[in-house]
Amino acid sequence: MHELSIVQSLLDLAEKEMAANGLTKLLRIKVIYGGLTAVVPDALELGFEALTAGTPLAGGVLELEEAPVILRCGKCGLEFSPKDASGRYGVFAPCPACGEEIGHAVAGGKELFIEFIEAE
Amino acid sequence: MKIPVVRKILEANDRIAADLKDHFAAKHILVLNLMSSPGAGKTSLLEKTLGDLRGEFKMAVIEGDLQTDNDARRVAATGAQAVQINTEGGCHLSSSMVAEALKSLDIEGLDILFIENVGNLVCPAEFDVGEDFKITLLSTTEGDDKPEKYPLMFNLSKAMVLNKIDLLPHVDFDMARATKFARALNKDLPVFAVSCRTGEGLGAWYDWLRAARAAKA
Repeated sequence: MHELSIVQSLLDLAEKEMAANGLTKLLRIKVIYGGLTAVVPDALELGFEALTAGTPLAGGVLELEEAPVILRCGKCGLEFSPKDASGRYGVFAPCPACGEEIGHAVAGGKELFIEFIEAE
Repeated sequence: MKIPVVRKILEANDRIAADLKDHFAAKHILVLNLMSSPGAGKTSLLEKTLGDLRGEFKMAVIEGDLQTDNDARRVAATGAQAVQINTEGGCHLSSSMVAEALKSLDIEGLDILFIENVGNLVCPAEFDVGEDFKITLLSTTEGDDKPEKYPLMFNLSKAMVLNKIDLLPHVDFDMARATKFARALNKDLPVFAVSCRTGEGLGAWYDWLRAARAAKA
């Protein structure tokens, strides 16, 4: 449940940004998380509800968007985003161009950041 | 009003981790963040390493655990300094906990500081704690599919120690499979197959430590 630490850090940032802009009511906060991070969206939402309840941030909407896992082939350099049968991003796949299986670099999918905050 | 923020959520943790890293660099201390599942043998690896290299390096340990100071007492029995952090249920160490633990540690003249993270293959990967390198420990009793299931941790690691190879005849563990997936996103990852019980294979791990330490001096 490291999602609680993540939500706490998220709320600290939101409070600072709102204070800096003289705003008091949180409407919406948009978070981008990479498909390779160990973030479970349901757990983030639960943590967000639990930690905002009874605070000035209560009632805000947490919007989550998954950033794709992007691998760069270790041999030919092609960038690709493998998905498994259930539609989730996979990280172990041969390069679709040259078939290389190991040594791919992670070019995307580790992100974890706030894109914007809407408040009044 | 819409405020474009674009800030890393864990920036507060990252900032303290960066400060710690500078602090350790100024003192030429090699800092290793040791991560694994519970029971893989992190503390056993430390007991062996601290005992066998006692005459060579001055080492200390920060022990992260949910509860108890059992591990810190095991480590302290080797003569090394050990500080316990109890996370009280927290599933990982954060950089602020390490900064706090440092207050109880004398790091002057230290060669290597080991940070034993909470046993967990998921959460610790997201939180830098000021280390030079992350080291992942895997054991043959856990199953060879762990690198496949927890790719981030193996992707971020500088070395992998595979423990309990003395049990290989008794478990269905395919070393080639585990190594292949551990290296899929980390091509040059060194893998040290060891048994902390018999001492087999530890020499290669010690040589890696010596080289990593020499690079910090």
